[in-house]
Amino acid sequence: MSPGRVLTRWLIPLAVVPLLVLLGYGFRTDPKVIPSPLIDRPAAPFTLKTFDGSPIALTALRGKVVVVNFWASWCYPACYEEAPVLERGWRAYKDRGLVMVGINIQDKEAPARKFLAQFGHTFPNAPDPAGRVSVDYGVYGVPETFFIDRDGRVRYKHVGAVTDEIFKAQAEKLLGERP
Amino acid sequence: MKRALAAGWLVLAGLGLAAAVPVNEDTVLEIGAQLRCVVCQNLSVADSPSETARQMREIIRERLAAGDSPEQVMAYFVEKYGLWILLSPPKQGFNLLVWVVPFIALGAGLVFVVVLIRRWSRRPGAAAAKPPRVDAATRARIHREMDEMDHR
Repeated sequence: MSPGRVLTRWLIPLAVVPLLVLLGYGFRTDPKVIPSPLIDRPAAPFTLKTFDGSPIALTALRGKVVVVNFWASWCYPACYEEAPVLERGWRAYKDRGLVMVGINIQDKEAPARKFLAQFGHTFPNAPDPAGRVSVDYGVYGVPETFFIDRDGRVRYKHVGAVTDEIFKAQAEKLLGERP
Repeated sequence: MKRALAAGWLVLAGLGLAAAVPVNEDTVLEIGAQLRCVVCQNLSVADSPSETARQMREIIRERLAAGDSPEQVMAYFVEKYGLWILLSPPKQGFNLLVWVVPFIALGAGLVFVVVLIRRWSRRPGAAAAKPPRVDAATRARIHREMDEMDHR
């Protein structure tokens, strides 16, 4: 067989293979899942003023497991789905050294307060009007939840609504660790 | 007391202004153009009208005012969001592939086309130079049949 024949008979059809592999890979990966570079790195410190007017600083919470949740009142349905989960998780674990902090981003004050009243949140919630904390945590959408260990390191990031199972698994794991 | 406090604030404000580096808005947009607006689909921080992009531009401005270089500002966003935040992947390491492969493929395609064209254009010439051999009997028959056609 001449080289020209080999080319048309085998090489051109075979050239489709890498394309198929690339397409297969592309369709199996979710482009919305972006790995966070913050995992296992120290959580960025923040000092915010809660809706109740009291200050809250991450550095003051060292030694506790801190769950930081970024939310917005317009984030329907995910933020509305997870709101009861967060309150339940906070109530179940607060006596064991877990602190829950809600950070309200890209929002207006009135609807944010209405959201808090609707769910009767008892954990501290603070607005981040300039978006500094949300950029410090590499937040690109709401809701996003960060689990920070007793040493102040980000250990897990959850994108989308948190479920009871995820909350329990992460809280148990981090509370079980000694500082 | 009030006056002392006011004076103190003035001094602080003065210090703040003295410490701030004047920020060129073009630099802010230039950095913003290279960063992905995190809540948009394929839109840069400079181009997006969204609230988040506005906040990100403000953060760029603040960091420049605090004396950061444009590279340091970009590095801050990469540290928080990963390379995903950059609209064009850096020309190094594995990412170099996306910059180089298209040109390699283009070159290879060009070579392929040139080789093919040369081969195709050579074949008819070679055929013309060497006419097929016809034995004497066939030749005689062709002549006879052509003569017959002429006389008809």
